[in-house]
Parts: sequence; C-alpha cells; structure tokens
Amino acid sequence: MEIEGRVWVVGDSVTTDAMYPGYAMKLPLPEAARHVFYDLRPGWTDEVREGDVVVAGRNFGLGSSRPVASLFLELGVRALLADEFNSLFLRNCINFGLPALTVPGVRGIFADGDTARVDFVEGWCENVTTRAKIQAEPLPDFVRDILAAGGLLPKLAREGYVPR
Amino acid sequence: MGMTMIEKILARSAGLDEVRAGQTVVSEVDMTVLIDLQFATGWVQPLRIADPAKVAVIMDHAVPAPTLHDAEAGPRARKFARDYGIDRFYDVGRHGICHQVIAENGLARPGEVLACTDSHTCAGGAYNTAARGLGPAEVYSILCTGRTWFTVAPTIRYELVATLPDFVSGKDIFLHIAGKHGDATNRNLEFGGPGLASVPMHDRRTIATQCAEISADFATFGVDEVCRGFLDAHTDRPYTPADADEDARYEDIREIDLSTLEPYVARPGTVSHNAIPVSQLEHRTVDQCFIGSCANGQLEDLRIAADILRGREVAPGVRLLVTPASQKVYRDAVRLGYVEALADAGAVVTNSTCGACFGYHMGVVAAGEVCLTASTRNFKGRMGSPDAEIYMASPATVAASAIAGHVVDPRKEIA
Ligand code: SF4
Repeated sequence: MEIEGRVWVVGDSVTTDAMYPGYAMKLPLPEAARHVFYDLRPGWTDEVREGDVVVAGRNFGLGSSRPVASLFLELGVRALLADEFNSLFLRNCINFGLPALTVPGVRGIFADGDTARVDFVEGWCENVTTRAKIQAEPLPDFVRDILAAGGLLPKLAREGYVPR
Repeated sequence: MGMTMIEKILARSAGLDEVRAGQTVVSEVDMTVLIDLQFATGWVQPLRIADPAKVAVIMDHAVPAPTLHDAEAGPRARKFARDYGIDRFYDVGRHGICHQVIAENGLARPGEVLACTDSHTCAGGAYNTAARGLGPAEVYSILCTGRTWFTVAPTIRYELVATLPDFVSGKDIFLHIAGKHGDATNRNLEFGGPGLASVPMHDRRTIATQCAEISADFATFGVDEVCRGFLDAHTDRPYTPADADEDARYEDIREIDLSTLEPYVARPGTVSHNAIPVSQLEHRTVDQCFIGSCANGQLEDLRIAADILRGREVAPGVRLLVTPASQKVYRDAVRLGYVEALADAGAVVTNSTCGACFGYHMGVVAAGEVCLTASTRNFKGRMGSPDAEIYMASPATVAASAIAGHVVDPRKEIA
C-alpha cells in the first residue's frame, strides 16, 4: 500500500470544527466539503486536487465525531499524516476508508507543495522533494483490512449486514 | 501486575485475565447508543443487528428539527426503532442530550463498555463505565456485530485530596487540569482519592465529559458511596465495579488539592494551557452567556444558576440562554421553580437540545461578539462566527457574569 501525493501542511491541534464547521452539517456532503479549513486556510478547497496528502502536527482532529474523512475523500485527499492523532479522529478516518498514519516528526520534514511518498504496510514516509525519510509503526493488519474494503460500511455490506 | 480501572474493564470485555498499555483487544460492547445525527446523513437501515436489547436511540443534537435535513432523520430513526423493537427509544418529548439521557436511564454502568458516536461519550466514565465516542461508521458496525477494538492507552491518575470549596465546581476542577497539564492525547485518565467524596455526581460527569477537550481516550471514576447512591436510583440490575489495583501501572500520578482551587475561565480557542483564574479576566464584557450542554445543563447546574439569578436581573445588553440537558431536567426545573427564577431574571430557557453548544440553532453568535459559555467547547467558530470570542467557565461564573455584564468571580457577586 504505497501512495505518492502533493502535500499541504497544517499545524497542531487542528479541530474538527475547523474542518467540518457546525453550519456545514446542514449541507449535503459535496457542499459541506467546500468548507474544510474555511477559517484556517480560506480558499484551500479550490486549490486541493485529487491525490493530495494533508500533513499535520500534534493532536490532529481534536474535537467531535463528525465524519470529516468523508469531506476529505470528497475533495480527493488520499491520505493524512500527523505527528499525533486524536484517537477518535484517527478511527473515524480509517473507518470511512481514508488512510491515516501516525509519523512522529512528519510535520517537520514537509512544506506545502512537497511530494510525499508513504507506505502504510511498512509504515514509513518520505519527502520525495528533499529525500528526508521517517520510519514509523506500520498500520496493523486489521486496520489495513478495513482500508482495503474501502471503510467499515463496504466491509459490513460484504458481510451481509447492509444492503449492497 | 495490577491493572488500572480502564484496563480491568477492557480485559473483562475482551474475555482476558489481563491487558497492558499498548495491547489491542476486541471488546464486547454492553450498550450502543445511536443519536439523531446518525440518521440525518448517510443512513442505511441494516439487514440485521447484534442485539436490540443492547441498543438505545436518542434524539438530541437537532430537535425539534431546525432544518429539513434534520427533519428527515426523524422518520428514519422511528422506522429503525419500530422495525427492530428498540425499547430504549428517546424520541422528542422523552429526549435530551444523549449523555444526560444515558445517565438518567442508567445506561452507563460500572465495569461495562458503552459506545456512542458522539465525542463526549466519555461522560459515562463518571459511572465507572468504559465509554467513549467512536464515530458514526464504527457505531454502526458495533450495532451490527456487537463488538469493536480498542488499543489500551497508558493511564494517568488524578488523585484528589481535601475538599472542594463553595462555588467551585467540576468545571473548575477540569479547567484547572486542562490549564495546568494541557492535553492528554492518546492517554486514559483515572480519577480517585480521598477528595473524591466531596465531588458530587453532577460535577464528576462534567469532568468526565470534558476530558474529550483534552483528547483523552477514556476518563474513568471509581465507584464510591456517592456513586452507589446515584446508581441505586437509576439502575436495578446488579453491576460489578472495576477498581484500580494497588499495584496498577500509571504513566503519571498527579495530586490535586481541591481546597486550593478557585473559579477558572478558559480563554478562546482551546482549554489546554489556556485556562486562568476568573479573577485575572474580570471586567471582560460579554454579549451572550450560555448555560447548557451535556457537561453543564444538568439539574444541579440549573439550580446553581437559579439561586444566583433569583430576584436579580440579567444586565442590559446581555443575553442569557439556559438549555436543560434533557426533557427530564426541564420538567424537574419547572417543578422546582428554577425555570421561573431564571426567566424572571431575563434568561431565555430553551428546549433541551445541543443547539447553541455547537453553533447549530438557538443561540448562534455573530462576528465581534463575546460569549461566556458553560458548555463544552471554546473552539474558534464553535458557536457561530469564527470572529466571535468564546470564553468557557462554570455555571456559577456564567450566571454571575450575566448579572454583572462582564466576567466576574461568582463568589464576589454573591457576597
Ligand atoms: S451538548 Fe454540545 S458537546 Fe454535548 S453532545 Fe451536544 S453538541 Fe456535543
């Protein structure tokens, strides 16, 4: 499971309210996705492209259980990397089928526009632009299974719990 | 080797004798709670579920529906509850913020595992429950399969000593912890010690609830006489508390001398390393004051506010909103005269809902406004405009400040 993508870097303790503000919860997903980072990085949703990667600092995703991952997927974001994730946010990403990997120090080796290469099975990421590389913990097998299925819902559909 | 409270509960739920920090386990879930939001976006009714007797459905975040989008959640929830014979269905009229409804119906029980989408599900830790927010996809999965996985985080223990002073509440204990120690990302928190006896159940729930703001996984309290008293009134099924072992392994043990605490306020943005004594922020003028939410819309919070506001008036130019945490709290507050005292003082007492707490309906703040809230979050943009400032404090501080028209230490206003 290796991917490569253009990087956007955000800071520490970026909250779910900064990614999925309360008022956006009244909107259908494609419209709600236009409001990710609405105050933190106004206009970002016009610049992000299919295949991009978001890199964050500590305590990424502090806050609520809003399905922020669906918005990132809607925008074409392919993976999230962070020095550290809020555990609810991390689970939410995986469960909605968005690969997310904890890589301590990752924020320090990337700047906006760099290219990241990430291997979720081996648990490393590399800045293709600068050649800086960090080895972290790989994703556990059961997490890779969820991601391979495209998230928990498709997995449950395969197991006969949900209509296909 | 011994185990912490949370390690014991997770071991038991996974059918293991022992678990250690770092270990990943698969746990049987004792109670799964679905809320209205789950039905509003992306809901597909499952073909089969694990056990309808271990499911509750609570209408809370957006009730009565403020938008068509939310309105559509209602029929889906009702159909699901009907089709699967869900007895624990708390529809509008029996509703309330899920963590309050969970508490008043004895759904969070010692030694058990409770799952709900909402991030403040850690509230159930006040009753010695391994409760946490798990997000909509995962809760749906638990609904179907009855189980999920947890990776056991290291535990930090707060050892409470001495006695909590008057007009200092659970909110202040939490703000002190957040201000002094910052976040506890990927850590479990455990609360105990001889001082716990002076912390009433509603304050314990405020603390457990708010541990979401410091990014903790689980926040768990021990079962003492005070807790047993609450549980006796709310559940008639026997339970097995999980006590921490004498030789449990902690990442850190931090003592809090309750007698040294005072009212605190968090400045806008975050609580971590951002809470200061109220006395250092006095005279900051306020536009809106809010008392409510799963953390501080409890009956006791309304009593505190009513006692401060009775026979007095909210300052001109200030709006005071009070949202009871559940329909039951609302009804009790009416009977006990709290609603009358609050409304006579100029407060707007609303229906029970999440509403203003997440900037969704009834109490959204405008750019340039200052809000002092006793809810859960002071994130930028949380209650409306990202250009509003949100300060967070206890119900007593908010009530006293609403009278003064600016942030004030409640002990001064009452004296
Ligand atoms: S009251 Fe606020 S914090 Fe509590 S569940 Fe509702 S929105 Fe979340």
